[in-house]
Amino acid sequence: MGSNPLKSAAVGDRFVHKTFPPISRHTLALYCGASGDHNPMHVDIDFAKKAGFPDVFSHGMLVMGYLGQALTDAVPPNAIRSFSTRFNAITQLGATLTCEGAVTELFEDSGEKRARVALTAKDENGEIKLTGEAIIAL
Amino acid sequence: MVDKSAIGVTFVPTHAQVEAGRLRYFFETLRERNPIYRDASAAKAAGYAGVPIPPTYLFCLEMMDSEKPFEVLEKLDIDLARVLHGEQRFDYHIPIVVGDTLTFQSRVADVVDKKGGALTFVSVATKVTNQHGQHVADTLRSIVVRN
Repeated sequence: MGSNPLKSAAVGDRFVHKTFPPISRHTLALYCGASGDHNPMHVDIDFAKKAGFPDVFSHGMLVMGYLGQALTDAVPPNAIRSFSTRFNAITQLGATLTCEGAVTELFEDSGEKRARVALTAKDENGEIKLTGEAIIAL
Repeated sequence: MVDKSAIGVTFVPTHAQVEAGRLRYFFETLRERNPIYRDASAAKAAGYAGVPIPPTYLFCLEMMDSEKPFEVLEKLDIDLARVLHGEQRFDYHIPIVVGDTLTFQSRVADVVDKKGGALTFVSVATKVTNQHGQHVADTLRSIVVRN
């Protein structure tokens, strides 16, 4: 297993921080294919309008994917024990997302030291799109 | 309208292969540059049995290889135009790497009305096993239906 930079973590450490390029229609089209989520809501403006939305909007799982990327920039993928999010608000086209995370608790479970990490994804206006949590083995 | 009688309903299992080429497409889409994912020798050097998958990729594998990716909605008579993703959870038990073949078995875990019935939250729990029969992960997604 790769070394885990969180080994010497303390509560309050803000070790996850990454900003992503604006979400374009092209990104949503690529994600539709790459993820297998072919829901037309995210790529077909006619479908979105018929459903009562002004335009297509991002897959929640694309935003969670960015949050996951910010997380595994900081810790090895195999150190993640769990990862959960709540989708607080729709992420619009053009949103520039910043994903952040901070340690909220250090504890032991199943014979290993673990950190609880609070996660957020916000757009360029500071609106929270996702709130989440990860449990990381140290 | 979906109600608590749906709890316990199960769906056709999905068998999915973790393929390097499809995973590369996912990485290109998210502009993932982490050598752990992009360079097999870097993954090996870091002690991995193979190239690991990113944390949300299980969700994609199940949809990509399902013969009916919207079976949950069809079986529960939910209109695709009226759903949003409410919550998503992953619990990882055993590392998953490129080359693995996974089986996803999903069931309705809960159905809860909110906002006086304006919204219904349907939770779908999925058990993921690998080609050795090992229980590698669990996922839980909550679908929000705008009634």
